[in-house]
Amino acid sequence: MRKKSIALPASNAGLTNKVLAVYVKDLRLELRSRYGLNAIFMFGISSLTVISFSLGQAALSTKVLSALYWIVVLFSAMSAMAQVFVREEESGTAMALRLTTEPNAVYLGKLFFNLSLLVILVSVITPLFFIFTDAPVEGIVNFLLVMILGVLDLCAATTLIAAIIARASVKGALFAVLSFPILLPVLIVLVAATDKVWAGSSLAEVSKLLQFLLAYVVIMVTASLMLFKFVWED
Amino acid sequence: MWWQILLFLVMSAVIVTGFITEAPQKQIGEASRIFYFHIPQAWLCVVAFAMSAFYSARFLKNRKLIDDDYALDTARLGFIFCLLATITGSIFAKVTWGSFWNWDPRQTSIFILLLIYGAFFALRSAVEDEDRRATLSAVYSIFAFVTVPFLVFVVPRMVTSLHPTDSVIDENLNFTMGVQVRSIFFSSLAAFSVLYFWMLSLTKRLNRLKRKQMTGAA
Repeated sequence: MRKKSIALPASNAGLTNKVLAVYVKDLRLELRSRYGLNAIFMFGISSLTVISFSLGQAALSTKVLSALYWIVVLFSAMSAMAQVFVREEESGTAMALRLTTEPNAVYLGKLFFNLSLLVILVSVITPLFFIFTDAPVEGIVNFLLVMILGVLDLCAATTLIAAIIARASVKGALFAVLSFPILLPVLIVLVAATDKVWAGSSLAEVSKLLQFLLAYVVIMVTASLMLFKFVWED
Repeated sequence: MWWQILLFLVMSAVIVTGFITEAPQKQIGEASRIFYFHIPQAWLCVVAFAMSAFYSARFLKNRKLIDDDYALDTARLGFIFCLLATITGSIFAKVTWGSFWNWDPRQTSIFILLLIYGAFFALRSAVEDEDRRATLSAVYSIFAFVTVPFLVFVVPRMVTSLHPTDSVIDENLNFTMGVQVRSIFFSSLAAFSVLYFWMLSLTKRLNRLKRKQMTGAA
């Protein structure tokens, strides 16, 4: 009885509601400060401009273009993805969240928040990329599929790392150092798949690569869900 | 003591017979002898990684700091073997493909393994609190280990590679080597594995003594 009286309203809600609550909270915070969005946009647009300036009108192969595209997305993502956990630790709100919400809900809420951040990023960066460079617009549907899988992969692999570095005493470059080895296999496959799609391959020809990307998302999210509570409740 | 002497004898025998018998692969010729040493190293690099993930999982379960020490020990050993496999591999690449490094998928995946080990050590140096360091590095170690099957088995088979793939078993899982090559290779593999576990048990004992001393002094 006593336990019930101190329980917070959200504690008997279903997992979906809790995930949604964490997600909405982060979204609201983000809209208040716009730190993540500003960082991610400015980084993305700056790097895109650098590429566009330095390349001029040079005709590039799809191989180079696909590498450039994913480098821009990766580094822009790196600039803001850790924020979602670092902010909790720095503002001292992590403890409150820990007490009120179960770890899985926190992880999933943050995962979806990072996902939204990245989706907004690519929906701005991608049209600009097509404008600035001569990436082929044909087969755009196939490219969008690869892109969505890529965004899912990036979020799935980095959200747990973000939680790890928020707990480390030195943060600095640690996020990139820890994320790159885990993201590199995905990046290799993403660049190969984008290159093939831009060169005119059908989905059937890249199906193996897409399977790889999908399998990676599933495994990363599963592993994260199993491991997150250790990082979070330490 | 007897098994250490045996290990010495087997290792010596592998080195001697590896060089005086016929080269294991006719096409590649003399350079293919590296196969007796390179593969066991690469194998131990992954085994050490798996052991690190194992001790990490045990730490997360039992919360005993000694398991964290063990995870670090095996990661250190794995890093050495990984470095050796990278070096021997790139010597082989120079002899057969013409350059030390050409981002063959196999080279990429061993390079990423080196990076993961490096990131593991970087994470450890970035956390001061002992318990938290143990937890965070254990989580990272397991998380990174999950990607290893992709690196070692999936990526090299998706992208065309120059690396010999049928040197131990072919597609139908049959041994491709003759009896002589096979016996040298498996002796080498066993000897290297015993060497690794011996080194690991020494570092483990050292850490147990250190922990004992620490609790004794406190």
